[in-house]
Amino acid sequence: MLKNYFKIAIAILKRRKFFTFVSLFGISFTLATLLVLTAFIEKIVNDDYPDRKRARSLYLTGIEENGPQAMSSSAFSLDYIQRYLKTMKTPVDVAFYSARAGTNTYHAGKKIGISLRYVNASYWDVLEFEFLEGKPFDVQQVRNREKVTVITEDLRRQYFGEDVQVVGKFIEADNQQFRVSGVVKNVPGTTYFFNADMYVPYSVTGVTIETPPTYHDEYSTAMFKGKVQSYQGEYSAVLLAADAGSVAAMQTEYKNVVARLKPSDKMFDKVLSYADYYPDAYLRTGNMSKPLKRWVYSVIGGFVFLLIFLPSVNLVNINLTRIMERSSEIAVRKAFGASSNTLVYQFIVENIILTLLGGIAGILLAMVMLYIFNDAAILPHVTLHLNPVVLVIGLITCLVFGLVSGVYPAWRMSRLAIVKALKA
Amino acid sequence: MIKLHNIEKVYRTDTIETLALNGISLDIEKGEFLSVMGPSGCGKSTLLNIMGLLDEPSSGAITIAGEKIDRMSDQQLAHFRNKRLGFIFQSYHLINDLHVLDNVELPLLYRKVNAKERRRLATQALEKVGLSNRLKHFPTQLSGGQKQRVAIARAIVGEPEIILADEPTGNLDSAMGNEIMDILLQLNSRDKTTIVMVTHDEVMAKKTHRLVRLFDGTQVQ
Repeated sequence: MLKNYFKIAIAILKRRKFFTFVSLFGISFTLATLLVLTAFIEKIVNDDYPDRKRARSLYLTGIEENGPQAMSSSAFSLDYIQRYLKTMKTPVDVAFYSARAGTNTYHAGKKIGISLRYVNASYWDVLEFEFLEGKPFDVQQVRNREKVTVITEDLRRQYFGEDVQVVGKFIEADNQQFRVSGVVKNVPGTTYFFNADMYVPYSVTGVTIETPPTYHDEYSTAMFKGKVQSYQGEYSAVLLAADAGSVAAMQTEYKNVVARLKPSDKMFDKVLSYADYYPDAYLRTGNMSKPLKRWVYSVIGGFVFLLIFLPSVNLVNINLTRIMERSSEIAVRKAFGASSNTLVYQFIVENIILTLLGGIAGILLAMVMLYIFNDAAILPHVTLHLNPVVLVIGLITCLVFGLVSGVYPAWRMSRLAIVKALKA
Repeated sequence: MIKLHNIEKVYRTDTIETLALNGISLDIEKGEFLSVMGPSGCGKSTLLNIMGLLDEPSSGAITIAGEKIDRMSDQQLAHFRNKRLGFIFQSYHLINDLHVLDNVELPLLYRKVNAKERRRLATQALEKVGLSNRLKHFPTQLSGGQKQRVAIARAIVGEPEIILADEPTGNLDSAMGNEIMDILLQLNSRDKTTIVMVTHDEVMAKKTHRLVRLFDGTQVQ
């Protein structure tokens, strides 16, 4: 039976080549777009270099204080990290890092724009950077405010040239000389929490938990001397749990920590801060009380819906025309013993065969698109792959396509009166 | 074999009501070869379609092979047609996308007969109509007479008790028409298949056991 349906499906595809092309193109292009989109989302959501412990981690991007007339939000101060994060019970480690700071360096008269992050020593334990040479700086070096740095392979090449060992050599940034401690593999742009060209101990800023900076205004100085408690500063953090099972407890613990926080000023009455799983943190930019994630999820959902829905409507239309052309065949099948249900089944199977063919074409097209994307390095250091999950999503999408676009025409057709169909 | 009692068929549109069959009663015996004649639009094909359960009468009763056809579900009707009836149409209605063999196998597809057996039975049916050398041809590669022979093979492959033929020779020249008629006569005499044939051709009709004439939906002979 299935073989017979398959024969018919292929014969019909061959019969109206233009229709077939339109149908297959619609399916394959849609699917290819979906596959590339999912490959991209997957790249963001799943473990990716150097952030390999996402199942055990929570990400803290910042803190917001709200009042009836005022709102202030930013990343965390070192003081906050020391008082509230490092004192938590569940995390086994806390990594923190500054936002990327842009600076310039010069080499042989050539200006090189670099991005720099200030990080603590745990940064190298929580994240799994791949060292091409050397090693990370350690706690003692951070404490000693040693001017050491870990740089990426790209910066090594730009600053020192090809094929050279650079550990122990010096690189200048921000008018300071840093001794290279290690060189790591480039970090993809999609892991934007962690990517930079150069990482240095946070203590080299001169600002440490023990020695606050000198500010010109009294309020800030008082803040850093602990007279006024300050939450806001330059740093984001990653909390690492002992295992994936403890992450929920860690999240609860942080929730309780935040619940006990008092606003730092009388103009505020609310303090908001969240320890998020990675995708939520990725989308929690700016406004804490109105996170971006709902919006982003809705947009992606809406986009995917439209991407599937519009070609489906088109396919329904094409299928109706194709099926009605076959009214004589339908009548004959009914006359010789096919029930309406059998015919609905046949047409859905045929449609699924069509969409699966479109699916295969779509997967090939997606491979080409990803190849071009990767080859042209549209996003630096981001290599997208079609992985099995994405392929399964693609095939499921095809089946949904097949069903959605096949059911209505099949149902319409199966209701066809035999006598009328024979005359048609 | 087929009993029709007081069959009426009315076609209604928004503005007009047409009586296509008016109180037709017929009793067709097992093994009988009956022809139905009449001018165009007299209701011959409608009558045949009602006998073949392809259309429903507006009123009246039908009994086929002892079974009263009354309020059968779509599924039951399909099963009944598949087991007991075979159809031959004037314009053949072969599926052009399938080989001759696949066309002939069609009724067996809906009986859950395995592929090997389907192939054997279809080949056998094609041998009966003298087309065993055209198994892998497509209908578009055949002449009208050959197409109608394929259609006959399809109608007989499931060994139905009744064959309903709607102007089977209508599209053929007289030589080919005679060939087809010979096959039908042979089926009737050898296999005792009950055949009801709608025709315009007096000569063909005279070769059958009985002739029924319709005029304006009423039986006149």
